[in-house]
Amino acid sequence: MYVAVKGGERAIDNAHAWLAEERRGDRDVPELSVAQIREQMTLAVNRVMAEGSLYDPDLSALAIKQARGDLIEAVFLIRAYRTTLPRFGATQPVDTGTMRCERRISATFKDAPGGQVLGPTFDYTHRLLDFALAAEGEGPAPASEAPARAGDVPHVAGFLGREGLIQPEPPVDGVPPDLTRQSMELPASRALRLQALARGDEGFLLGLAYSTQRGYARNHAFVGELRIGAVAVEMEIPELGFTIELGEVVLTECETVNQFTGSKTEPPQFTRGYGLVFGQTERKAIAMALVDRALRWKDLGEEDRGAPAQDEEFVLMHCDNIQATGFLEHIKLPHYVDFQSELELIRKLRREAGEGREAAE
Amino acid sequence: MSEYNFAYLDEETKRMIRRAILKALAIPGYQVPFASREMPMPYGWGTGGVQVTAACLIPEDRLKVIDQGADDTTNAVSIRQFFEKTAGVAVTEETARASLIQTRHRIPEMPLTEDQILVYQVPIPEPLRFLEPRETETRKMHALEEYGLMHVKLYEDISRHGTISTAYAYPVRVEGRYVMDPSPIPKFDNPKLSDCPAIQLFGAGREQRIYALPPYSRVVSLDFEDHPFEASKADADCALCGAGDSYLDEVIVDDAGGRIFVCSDTDHCRARRAAGHLGAEGAPYEEADA
Amino acid sequence: MEVQLLSGGFADAPVEGARVFRAVMQAMARPGRIERLEGARPPAPMSVAAGGVALTLCGPDTPVHLAGALDCAELRGWLAFHTGAPVVGREAAVFAFGTWEALLPLSGYAIGTPDYPDRSATLVVEMDRLEAAGMRLTGPGIAGMSALSLPEVTAFRANAARFPLGLDFLFCCGDRLAGLPRTTRVEAG
Repeated sequence: MYVAVKGGERAIDNAHAWLAEERRGDRDVPELSVAQIREQMTLAVNRVMAEGSLYDPDLSALAIKQARGDLIEAVFLIRAYRTTLPRFGATQPVDTGTMRCERRISATFKDAPGGQVLGPTFDYTHRLLDFALAAEGEGPAPASEAPARAGDVPHVAGFLGREGLIQPEPPVDGVPPDLTRQSMELPASRALRLQALARGDEGFLLGLAYSTQRGYARNHAFVGELRIGAVAVEMEIPELGFTIELGEVVLTECETVNQFTGSKTEPPQFTRGYGLVFGQTERKAIAMALVDRALRWKDLGEEDRGAPAQDEEFVLMHCDNIQATGFLEHIKLPHYVDFQSELELIRKLRREAGEGREAAE
Repeated sequence: MSEYNFAYLDEETKRMIRRAILKALAIPGYQVPFASREMPMPYGWGTGGVQVTAACLIPEDRLKVIDQGADDTTNAVSIRQFFEKTAGVAVTEETARASLIQTRHRIPEMPLTEDQILVYQVPIPEPLRFLEPRETETRKMHALEEYGLMHVKLYEDISRHGTISTAYAYPVRVEGRYVMDPSPIPKFDNPKLSDCPAIQLFGAGREQRIYALPPYSRVVSLDFEDHPFEASKADADCALCGAGDSYLDEVIVDDAGGRIFVCSDTDHCRARRAAGHLGAEGAPYEEADA
Repeated sequence: MEVQLLSGGFADAPVEGARVFRAVMQAMARPGRIERLEGARPPAPMSVAAGGVALTLCGPDTPVHLAGALDCAELRGWLAFHTGAPVVGREAAVFAFGTWEALLPLSGYAIGTPDYPDRSATLVVEMDRLEAAGMRLTGPGIAGMSALSLPEVTAFRANAARFPLGLDFLFCCGDRLAGLPRTTRVEAG
């Protein structure tokens, strides 16, 4: 006698309880606070804010704690939360020229107004495990603080633009489309492309950007400028008739200077790629700029070399890690009905093939 | 329940989905783009179906959720609990008592009625996707009613295997116009799509598409005159209820690979056993089975 | 007028909106079937049913056209307050409200494109009379044949002939509503 298995409901409840226990880990070890994650896991917090498309370090830290440190799962928690938030309106475009830069470097000039500011970077650290951190003693002494530069820091690309050496980016009128409120329509405008890249998976964009450096649609990028710092977010309130500052966000902006184009009628000009991401997220911002540049082949009259990074539909439809991970992992769900239909088909085909062979013999 | 809006989605989102559903009903089989929202469950796990259900639910509904034909598969349980919590609707496992059924991969065995709505979860809504990965191209093909590629694919199947080798998500033509993916239901279920008294709605969340079959729509599975479509199932009877005409799951029951077949539609099987039908391996029906 | 502008919406929007949508969906899915819509109380001359359609389907993203007598200050104010839908000319309308005569000619409305046939207008027609009798209807959503008191035949036949492009219709009379998608074939009764 056969009795069918039941009990999906209880299995789920038990799995959730076990998950909660595993998340907490050994209870003899003190529990992590959200504030500790926010303050000491800042780059993870930044990545979750960037790919979650929500600027809130506290919620991002909470999501990381809840997700047991699985950053894609944390991004998912943030995305699911942000869709439930009411929308009050759109802010003014942020002006990164007024950024209070913590870090600002240019690879194309030895020095530039505003200076080269190394800031809090891993760049020149020797990647040696620091066993002093394992000792959990008092941290290092505070770093000496340089006086903040007063006034705006001009963009490096602006200096090239003054000479007409770099392709201009005239401001675009009108309200840009919103990726989170309309379905992706292809071919996409650059505004939509940049939105998709800004919240795209860092690993996916890193791989694509790397492929352009290795010759798959190579466009020879220099980091014209990379800057990280706080900018003011402002919103115009029609009822008040003026603009108010809502607060500040930390952004990473990367502008690349790429190989020049030109023709018989137009003198050669450098081209550019652009990356702008929440938080200190420079790997992502540089990768975004390289992929943005590769996707612009049509606008710049370049040839389609069939490289993955040039393929708008391929890049935009696959860069979102929440879409990707959901669909990838859904193959864990039961598929036994479909599999059964395939089983029957393959048995039938083999039977018929066998009969055919017998008949031939 | 008070933390979230009725049926979870905000009203603006529901209005957007509702407009898409009405256009989908007006253009049967055509995939209407919609601005799918991120849901608190992963893409690929029924977010499209959940959004369509959320936009359709009324407090008076009695909801049934099935996955692979079964009410107690984990994802079906999870989605049912979601709507119990966010919409406060009554739920049921009985097909006959349900006013709205959300399904993944099956159509219930019991014929549906005019008082029911069937919502399908769809992973890849584009029937031409595996032949042409580009949305920009497939959209043109639908616009031009250019379905030659699909016929070529099916014909290549025949020349290689002697038969069409698509066993599920078998493409259909709706009202003589749009070719449509019926979602990954086994082709056994395809005939139930046509002339169905219930409204059938299809939601693909990750792919941002909604499509529909109005009641009594003519839905034809693609085939050739010399190779007509055939709805197939395992050549066996249900071991529990003895049904010879329902879709069967194969269950491996011992280490030697011994196997039996049981109804995939668990409510159908329960109802038959309750009515006194008994299969070769079945136990007489008891109330606790319900 | 202020009071009337602010009132007349749903008392419980999520629940009443859901019930109204279910009725509209049934009407659109089953041409010839007459549904009842309750809850909306728009200013005259808009019907309860048309008001329900507006509250359930219109929003800031859906430009609306008001034809004839419906284009009045009271209704504009009510729509703006309750839906945020901008009022536009017929060419840009996603929904158009009016009597059949006021809505004519049909040539001005969006009928969609071959790539996106869904980008077409829905006309919400105010009727003096709405019965499941008169013109004979066949097509998707209909078991055999149904009937509806449509204002004419020719316009609907021409509309159906353009399938998959075309307009879709909702007919309102008091709190009653019927639907007619572009797929329905209409013949004189």
